[in-house]
Amino acid sequence: MSDLSLSGRRGSLAACLLRGRGLGGLLLLGVVVALPFFCNAYWLDVCVSIGLYALLALSLNLILGQAGIFHMGHAAFFGVGAYTTAILNTMFHIPVLWLMPVSGAVAALFALIVARPIIHLRGDYLLIVTIGIVEIVRIALLNDVGGITGGSNGIFGISRPQLFGFRIYKSLHFYWLVWGMVGLTLLLFYGLWHSRVGRALNYIKADDVAAEGCGINVAFYKLTAFVLGAFWAGMAGTVYAAKMSTIAPESFNFMESVIIFAVVILSGGSQLGVLISAFLFIGLPELLREFSDARMLIFGLAMMLMMIWRPQGLLPCLPRRYGRLRALMASADTAKEHHA
Amino acid sequence: MEQFFQQLLNGLAVGGIYALVALGYTMVYGVLKLINFAHGDLFTIGAYLGLTLLVSGGLAGSLPPVLAVLLVFFMVGLLVALIGCALERVAYRPLRKAGRLSAVVSALGASIFFQNAVMLVYGARPYVYPNSLRPDFTIELFGYALPGMRVMVIAATVALMLALWAFIQKTRMGAAVRAVAIDQGAARLMGINVNRIISLVFLIGPGLGGMAGLLVGMYYGKIDFTMGWTYGLKAFTAAILGGIGNIPGAMLGGLLLGVVEALAASYVAFAWKDAVAFCVLILILIIRPTGILGERTADKL
Amino acid sequence: MSLLELTDVTKIFGGLIAVNEVSFSVEPQSVVGLIGPNGAGKTTVFNCITGNYRPERGSIVFDGKDVTGVAPHRLVERGIARTFQSIRLFSTLSALENTLAGRHCRLRSGWLASMLHTPSQRREEREAVRRCMQELEFVGLAEHAEEKAGSLSYGNQRLLEIARALASDPRLLILDEPAGGMNDQETVALVDTITAIRNRGITVLLIEHDMRLVMRICEKLVVLENGCLIAQGEPEAVRSHPAVIEAYLGAEDEAW
Repeated sequence: MSDLSLSGRRGSLAACLLRGRGLGGLLLLGVVVALPFFCNAYWLDVCVSIGLYALLALSLNLILGQAGIFHMGHAAFFGVGAYTTAILNTMFHIPVLWLMPVSGAVAALFALIVARPIIHLRGDYLLIVTIGIVEIVRIALLNDVGGITGGSNGIFGISRPQLFGFRIYKSLHFYWLVWGMVGLTLLLFYGLWHSRVGRALNYIKADDVAAEGCGINVAFYKLTAFVLGAFWAGMAGTVYAAKMSTIAPESFNFMESVIIFAVVILSGGSQLGVLISAFLFIGLPELLREFSDARMLIFGLAMMLMMIWRPQGLLPCLPRRYGRLRALMASADTAKEHHA
Repeated sequence: MEQFFQQLLNGLAVGGIYALVALGYTMVYGVLKLINFAHGDLFTIGAYLGLTLLVSGGLAGSLPPVLAVLLVFFMVGLLVALIGCALERVAYRPLRKAGRLSAVVSALGASIFFQNAVMLVYGARPYVYPNSLRPDFTIELFGYALPGMRVMVIAATVALMLALWAFIQKTRMGAAVRAVAIDQGAARLMGINVNRIISLVFLIGPGLGGMAGLLVGMYYGKIDFTMGWTYGLKAFTAAILGGIGNIPGAMLGGLLLGVVEALAASYVAFAWKDAVAFCVLILILIIRPTGILGERTADKL
Repeated sequence: MSLLELTDVTKIFGGLIAVNEVSFSVEPQSVVGLIGPNGAGKTTVFNCITGNYRPERGSIVFDGKDVTGVAPHRLVERGIARTFQSIRLFSTLSALENTLAGRHCRLRSGWLASMLHTPSQRREEREAVRRCMQELEFVGLAEHAEEKAGSLSYGNQRLLEIARALASDPRLLILDEPAGGMNDQETVALVDTITAIRNRGITVLLIEHDMRLVMRICEKLVVLENGCLIAQGEPEAVRSHPAVIEAYLGAEDEAW
């Protein structure tokens, strides 16, 4: 597993540290570990919230940041996941954590069905369609489709998750659950980024026609990025449902989508950027509580200013490292000679 | 039949308003390739400014209602146009060289900012346009009695659209707008001041949007500070439906969306009205991926 | 048997016949040039072969199998690689990563293996990087492996496109104006590179305006004018063909 961590390859962790990224990552890790010791219950809840948005934004980053698919409807998949958990848990009393993969799978299946006919749409056309999907899902939930979503009241009485007999119910427990998931996600998605698949997504973002011409199955990768992102959002939905124990359609509206979208764009595309951006976006409105009514006004203003300040995002992805290429060439030469 | 006819007309009135707002989206998109998410909130500002000028400004009392409304109509257009132009200067111009989505986030921020600014100034409760300002005559057509307000809204939107069409197609400035939309670099080389054209577009688009806000206030009688999101989203849908960047497309998309929605609300289910609009959009885009009038640009290889 | 066989390929754009019943074949391990005045439909023929356009009529047979209308990425898997006339590199990515794009279709690691960096995935990656470095070396860009593609000189960008195409182990390499924008020195080097590609057993089909280059390396020429094939055969024979002289008369930039 060590190979998956920030280093990936020999020597590159040092390079990261020199560039300040590794240091930033370690600092963040320290902050995440230390926070529970300094936060009161209220701020701990905020931190759980930040973790949830980080999960959502990391999964959207795959679609929007890496593959360049204009997707502003991530809240729909989040909502589908949360409702799947809520319905199955309250109706059939299936333990919440078992429902995590199930909710992910349902969200992924939903994404597959809706994205299949629209994934080839260009930029802004796709953007409005994904917004439309959020709205359709929200309206469907409000209208109590199939009599199982509870209409505008939503669903309440979702049970608390249990992990190996340990009941997760305090904010602190959820804090570790969420941030543990964030940590795992970081590792897995870092691996994905530094691989054939991650590169394929980047090629598609840069120039989909050229990517197709190089032998990359553009439609397949776009669709699978979408589906995997939805799977993650669905799992985040499970955690959200378990944390709140009550969910309602308004938690999955267009505004939620906008915030997840903005977190990804401000991040610049790197994972560390996503985390910092999530802290800014979710933490900032909380810091502004004392301004009460004016807090969203300042929030909007801050959104504009942050983009003007850093149009390319906070931390764009660093180039991937492929080890010592010279050495590789030398060994290739000797191999060739050997062959001859 | 009566119900169908009335709903059709209602759809045309609402559709005309969508079309006016959609024009703002599509024109801005045409020159900057930017979705101005704050446009819906400029529309809200138009509705509120109109109310302020009419009621608090006392224009409604001192002038005959028709004249007052007409005067305020253009004043609102002008004021919102200025706000739109300032918005472009402050929030979009610095981001012109950055990625397209950075400007989108800035636009979303602007939207949140405007929406909350309206709320802070006017409060969160909805406002009501005075009934005395609404025309109470009816017109007989094919044996049906048509509410005067409906007819006036349709007339106003048609007039504005025709005026815009004439401006874009028949004037030198209009030609410059079209040129910038096709190729900014080439337009600059031809001696067109691109920044001025972009500012002009940010005057016209928000101006029309602001006027549409006043029309909505007059038509429905009630306004609230979140209305920009709904109308903005619908108008954006209309612009995409017609083919974004295409001016006749926005008009067509707006009218089509209004009619489809009105008919769906009365024949399908009112609660699903908003979902119907998006379903129509998705269906049309599956058949025509670039909208009804959008050009299918073959990829240059 | 021919490696590539076009039969009556016809492509129409909104009523305009861009390519009209063009038939020609490409023998294995040869270098074939597709020439003709601007707008003759050369690139359109290429785009039909690479699957970017679907011809209205006619068939394209590659290695004995009908490939008409097959998706571009599938054709790369089957062994047809291409470069673009207007360079289409991934300009923000490094030269090495651009080359890895061509290698993509020969790698097998899926989403899960990529997330987990399984031992086989890592072995495959190492091998891919090594192979791509060899291709960069082959075109003379190994020094620039970690530079952004967009920062390379114009001539080097053309070479990088060739390296990217070669990384997919093609049997047919399609080059769209490989010498476009190159200086004389670079063009001379390109002749050697194309010869070396042929010597690797890869068949080359190219569009080129530089007639000196075409005459030096092509074993066969196919001439298009207004979408129609007007002549084909050995370079010397084609050069003296009356229809070809007619087509090129007065075209000063086409120095013979």
